[in-house]
Amino acid sequence: MPEIKVTPLGAGQDVGRSCILVSIGGKNIMLDCGMHMGYNDDRRFPDFSYITQNGRLTDFLDCLIISHFHLDHCGALPYMSEMVGYDGPIYMTHPTKAICPILLEDFRKITVDKKGETNFFTSQMIKDCMKKVIPLNLHQTVQVDDELEIKAYYAGHVLGAAMVHIKVGSESVVYTGDYNMTPDRHLGAAWIDKCRPDILISESTYATTIRDSKRCRERDFLKKVHESIERGGKVLIPVFALGRAQELCILLETFWERMNLKAPIYFSTGLTEKANHYYKLFITWTNQKIRKTFVQRNMFEFKHIKAFDRSYADNPGPMVVFATPGMLHAGQSLQIFKKWAGNEKNMVIMPGYCVQGTIGHKILNGQRKLEMEGRATLDVKLQVEYMSFSAHADAKGIMQLIRMAEPRNMLLVHGEAVKMEFLKGKIEQEFSIDCYMPANGETTTVTTNPSVPVDISLNLLKREMALGGPLPDPKKPRTMHGTLIMKENSLKLVSSEQALKELGLNEHQLRFTCHVQLQDPHSDADTLHRIYTHLKSVLKGYTIQHLPDGTVIVESIVIKVSSSAEDSNTKVLLLSWSYQVKTWTLFLEAAALPGVTTKLSSRHP
Amino acid sequence: MAQLEKKRLYVRRLDIPHEETPAKKLRLSKPSKSAALHIDLCKATNSTDALQYLLQFARKPVEAESVEGVVRILLEHYYKETDNSVRLKIASLLGLLSKTQGFSPDCIVDDAINTLSNEKSHQVLAQLLETLLIIGTQLPESPALRLRLVEVAYKHLSDTYFGVRNKCLQLLGCLGMVDAPLGKENEGAGTSLGGLRDVQSIISDYFGDQDPRVRTAALKAMLQLHERGMKIHQIIYDQACRLLTDDYEQVRSAAVQMVWVLSQLYPESIVPIPSSNEEIRLVDDAFGKISHMVSDGSWMVRVQAAKTLGSMLQVSPHFLEQTLDKKLMSDLRRKRTAHERAKELFASGEFSSGRKWADDAPKEKLDTNTVNLIASGACGAFVHGLEDEMFEVRIAAVEALCQLARSSPSFAEKCLDFLVDMFNDEIEEVRLQSIHVLREISTHITLREDQLDTVLAVLEDSSRDIREALHELLCYTNVSTKECIQLALLELLKNLNKYPTDRNSVWKCLKFLGSRHPTLVLPLVPELLSTHPYFDTPEPDMDDPAYIAVLVLVFNAAKSCPTMPALFSDHTFRHYAYLRDSLSHLVPPLRLPGRKQVYGLDSVDSGPGSGSVESAQLFLQQSLNRVSTIQNLEAPGAQDLLDLTTRDLLRLGELQTELAGAADFCATYLRCQLLLMKALQEKLWNMAVPLCLKQNVTATAAAQQILEETYKLEFLYSGLESRQVATIHHVRLQAKALQLVLTARTRQGLDLLIGSCEKFLQDVESFQRLFLTELPHLQDSFVDKLLELMPRLSSCKPVELVKILQTTLRQSGLLQLRLPEQIHRATATIIEPTGESDNPLRFTSGLVVALDIDATLEHVQDPQNTVKVQVLYPDGQSHVIHPKPGDFRKPGPHRHRLITQVYLSHTAWTEPSQIEVRLLLAYSSSSTSLTSPSKLGWSESLESLPPAEAAVEGTIPFSKAVKVFIMPKPARR
Repeated sequence: MPEIKVTPLGAGQDVGRSCILVSIGGKNIMLDCGMHMGYNDDRRFPDFSYITQNGRLTDFLDCLIISHFHLDHCGALPYMSEMVGYDGPIYMTHPTKAICPILLEDFRKITVDKKGETNFFTSQMIKDCMKKVIPLNLHQTVQVDDELEIKAYYAGHVLGAAMVHIKVGSESVVYTGDYNMTPDRHLGAAWIDKCRPDILISESTYATTIRDSKRCRERDFLKKVHESIERGGKVLIPVFALGRAQELCILLETFWERMNLKAPIYFSTGLTEKANHYYKLFITWTNQKIRKTFVQRNMFEFKHIKAFDRSYADNPGPMVVFATPGMLHAGQSLQIFKKWAGNEKNMVIMPGYCVQGTIGHKILNGQRKLEMEGRATLDVKLQVEYMSFSAHADAKGIMQLIRMAEPRNMLLVHGEAVKMEFLKGKIEQEFSIDCYMPANGETTTVTTNPSVPVDISLNLLKREMALGGPLPDPKKPRTMHGTLIMKENSLKLVSSEQALKELGLNEHQLRFTCHVQLQDPHSDADTLHRIYTHLKSVLKGYTIQHLPDGTVIVESIVIKVSSSAEDSNTKVLLLSWSYQVKTWTLFLEAAALPGVTTKLSSRHP
Repeated sequence: MAQLEKKRLYVRRLDIPHEETPAKKLRLSKPSKSAALHIDLCKATNSTDALQYLLQFARKPVEAESVEGVVRILLEHYYKETDNSVRLKIASLLGLLSKTQGFSPDCIVDDAINTLSNEKSHQVLAQLLETLLIIGTQLPESPALRLRLVEVAYKHLSDTYFGVRNKCLQLLGCLGMVDAPLGKENEGAGTSLGGLRDVQSIISDYFGDQDPRVRTAALKAMLQLHERGMKIHQIIYDQACRLLTDDYEQVRSAAVQMVWVLSQLYPESIVPIPSSNEEIRLVDDAFGKISHMVSDGSWMVRVQAAKTLGSMLQVSPHFLEQTLDKKLMSDLRRKRTAHERAKELFASGEFSSGRKWADDAPKEKLDTNTVNLIASGACGAFVHGLEDEMFEVRIAAVEALCQLARSSPSFAEKCLDFLVDMFNDEIEEVRLQSIHVLREISTHITLREDQLDTVLAVLEDSSRDIREALHELLCYTNVSTKECIQLALLELLKNLNKYPTDRNSVWKCLKFLGSRHPTLVLPLVPELLSTHPYFDTPEPDMDDPAYIAVLVLVFNAAKSCPTMPALFSDHTFRHYAYLRDSLSHLVPPLRLPGRKQVYGLDSVDSGPGSGSVESAQLFLQQSLNRVSTIQNLEAPGAQDLLDLTTRDLLRLGELQTELAGAADFCATYLRCQLLLMKALQEKLWNMAVPLCLKQNVTATAAAQQILEETYKLEFLYSGLESRQVATIHHVRLQAKALQLVLTARTRQGLDLLIGSCEKFLQDVESFQRLFLTELPHLQDSFVDKLLELMPRLSSCKPVELVKILQTTLRQSGLLQLRLPEQIHRATATIIEPTGESDNPLRFTSGLVVALDIDATLEHVQDPQNTVKVQVLYPDGQSHVIHPKPGDFRKPGPHRHRLITQVYLSHTAWTEPSQIEVRLLLAYSSSSTSLTSPSKLGWSESLESLPPAEAAVEGTIPFSKAVKVFIMPKPARR
């Protein structure tokens, strides 16, 4: 039986450095190629030596697909393609292709310029790598080679995030990347059609969470900002440059617009400006509202949000500032925080998770005195708020996606093992399908039951249709006669005549004969004639011929009469029929001949 | 168009040899149409040509009498034609032709059915069946024909082409026997069917068809049967439920409808739950299944499902409440929703604590087995629907919530939080809708403080519609504590401060808030009025809108709280008197200690019980009866009586607003009569013609005025019945007669007189035509007499006619006016600009300045087309501006709001001066004519006939003019 093999090189029972190998129908595909944020050593990148010890990966992989631009999904891309060596096609969506190099470059800068690492990929490598990228459009079926085709679906999550449907013949796999089933202020919800893949590989970050409505969260957020502004306070929102930042910008921008507020909103410059540019361009990837209104006004052309300058932080009056990075561990956000921390009118809103050890984490846990470098302490008087804006599907969302796609098997990646365990149980229980959760390096094998397509000749089909009953039973299988020809890797179902013709064979006729004895005093010719007239009267609607050479032909059955050698009264009836009409002869025998016999015998007792 | 012209010419050219008489009108030449077609088709050398001819032919209408001939010719060609596309076109033409008005297609049924038997092409077959469907629907009265058509449909159901099966199912759905018993049907169709099968089971066979389009058609056909009154069997339910999981969205969408229909038909029957022994009511089961569809992959289906949920009112409360259910968890631990947390905070007496990190930290650990991830049944359907990506789904969900909540108070209570959340939607339409919905269900609910807080936050919205909807909502809201009142007042004042134009709306809102919650306002009064037990506080500024707002709240509360006035300080009483006078619609009459009721009006208003309305109505009726005693217009004392009654009625209208429309209507009518009477009694009638040239000015003016008044009567009032319209037209006819008589006396030109006589006779005729049914009620009236004399009139000379008219006019009696049940006068009030401003609007001459106009319109039908804005400049220039249709909003029944901008411009002035702005009601006598309900088809309108009577168009000013100070400055060079 054919098999599909899935091996996670990263993200197996883990979050980070997503990289999954899939072998399907003789093709090897790599899904995502990410880095791990938690490590600074070799574990940072997926272990490509699993594929091959030495030499290039090109020979072993048919293609590489990147689902979206987050570094844990594309961070190892230049390393893999330029340093390990891969020249095959890399697929990603247009927005991903546009934004991905910005993030990679930023990543490189931090690692090489700030941390001083060597033996890391260079800017040139990023450029070279991006040259190998083939962009994908949503719902566009791309033929990688003759057999392998891929199709991208909308995944929400971040701009340009996609799920991919990979198909070889009738076997298929869907990989979700990260996705979001609830729409947000700038992106829509993930959607997939009922493609019934053999395996659905889904992320499971929030496998054990069911989230509250996002409206409450948004309302809370807006209310807090609004109240603080009305008090005359300053609001600091530490964000990462891409993704949530744009959502929050849209949220505040529309709120400002709606409520006619005048306080300035600033966005710390840098990456963001470049990225915002792309958000403006890829309107088709955003949600309904933005898509519908962009003709009047592109929502990403912010009216109220302006670029931030270092000096603005000391301006009097209320303001809102978005600043990077998101966990308050360094950079501009920390600088501003230090300036504003002393005033209880001010507020800091943490829109996401903070890693232990960062200032963000400390203040969230209620620490009011912070030790800064150089033994200085900082009194935190400003209000600290936490607001979770996350764009992963929760448990319900994952289940909803399964219901949409109707896969035959399920495979969970990109999540913690314990949580996966729970979801796995639920999936098996609710959908009664197999669910797998391989660890890194562990291979999951799924046998498939692919249907083998066979060409059928139209004439044969029409003939068989005509034989069958009335139409409305399309779901029932129906048997038909035909000849299966296997020729040069293709299967054909044709009628037997055509098969013979094609193969250049002669048709063999198979005829059955049978002798029936009857008592009849008449001459042979007379008996035959009587049989003929009798049959004529019994079998109405059939062609019955009396040929001059002393035979009667009913359809294709031949009847001959000859006197037996011993007794001229005993006539021997010779019946001969071909293979196909066997049943007919039996019918003749059963229905017609006894009639003849009885008739004959009754007349001559 | 060019082709059409050519075709017309062609037809005309062809006509000439056929017609013996010179063709005066094109219409007369129509019968030759079939001949023309025949020639066309014969000339066609190939199928493309034939198709072209047919296409051209299809653009022209065919008279009912020549349809059959055309059909014959088409059929003849049909049989000859080998090309599929031409046959297809012919088939579609047959359908088109059978739709011709006045043509009964039963004569072509046989031919049409015959064509089916030999047809090979599936597409043509489908088109022919479509034609049969049209024929069948044209002849609903013939069961035999239906039976035949249904039989045809059965026969072709097994076709291999989906289109044919589609059409067959459609045919079955539209024509399948609804009430015929099974036996009878089988007599007709039994031979071909060979079994006892009814339409439903046959259609339901196709629920499993391989083509999704056929499955959809089958479901639609079944729904069609239901619509036509056939009771759908319950067996269908299971099949329909299975189709809910179909791969194709249109099938699922239709299946949702089907399941809904069945749930309405058999709400109480019991269905088993698969994989368990339990059983539930069918409506609950269906509700669960449709709820499931709210998270479907296709948004069309989601909209359908969400809409449908709203109308399933019989569902058990247990299931209903599940739709709002959501169990949150985080890392497998139970989490409370924000709603629950807010409620708890509120219950514990601590509000808005300022959020702590991990405030929403998960609490108890959940048992993994109890967590149900795939909501079985209705779970969380609305939670999904309200968060949907497409706003169409969200709106549908909000509407469904509203419908369900209106029928279930407990559900209303539960969905409150969700609706309040929707106030924060990104699409304004959704926000607006949810505010409206909340208003509709607000009778069931009392807002908690935290909920009110969220609601009030929306008051700062920059959209005027949203704010006004919210004010409306607050008018109907119940709140629980005095803090809520304070909060609401505070926010409303903030709103007033931010958007001063909301003044009226805010005041109105506070009026209701006060009168609804007198006891809650009471403890706040000292604070609100900033009074102090020992010290006198400064008197607040009386012109401050915020202060007025507070007073409106307090006074309205005081109305049902007699202890409150004791807390007022002196100036409050003075302010009361002032406000009671200036804003009497907002400030109720109060019984204040030691003060006399200052205004006589108060006594009327203070007791506006139902009794006074009735007595007023009685008075109205009596006045009319009194007037009706006047037999003759020349009777002595009649004038005085009319005069008095008119005055009475006008006053009544002022006092009793409910009857203002009726009273005004009567008064206007009577004034017309009075004018007519006066005109007729002038001395000029006794004078010789040459002498009276000068004197008849008053009579002419009277006639003119009566005419104008009749237009007002006809178009300014809504709720008129045809009886009243007839009466109005009658007065108009009288006025025209008067005019005619006057013309005859003044001008000597005979041609002119003949012309106007003819016109008058036409008017009389059209009156007769229009009000044929009303004529019996008009006995002894002017028209009645005229119609008696009609044969004589039409033949006599103008001079004679005038004489007759003159005498008839004088002799005819007063037509009694019968009051319709509901009659309302269209009114308009311009709210903005107020006309109070002394600061002129300055702008550079030659450029434009935009003037904001805000007006409320009452009882105006179709304001988009009728209401105009007129701007009158001091130099007599007048501009009429048509507001955009989008400028009209409809805040309530019979009420419209016009918010628009008009552009003003003028040459430079030396001084600022006032322009007048008023609203006009445009009318056109042709558009409201009672007898032209049948709209002309586009093809007919090509040969435009002149309308029977010349349409009279004009405008009636129906609002007070507002003066605006403007000052166009000369442009600086």
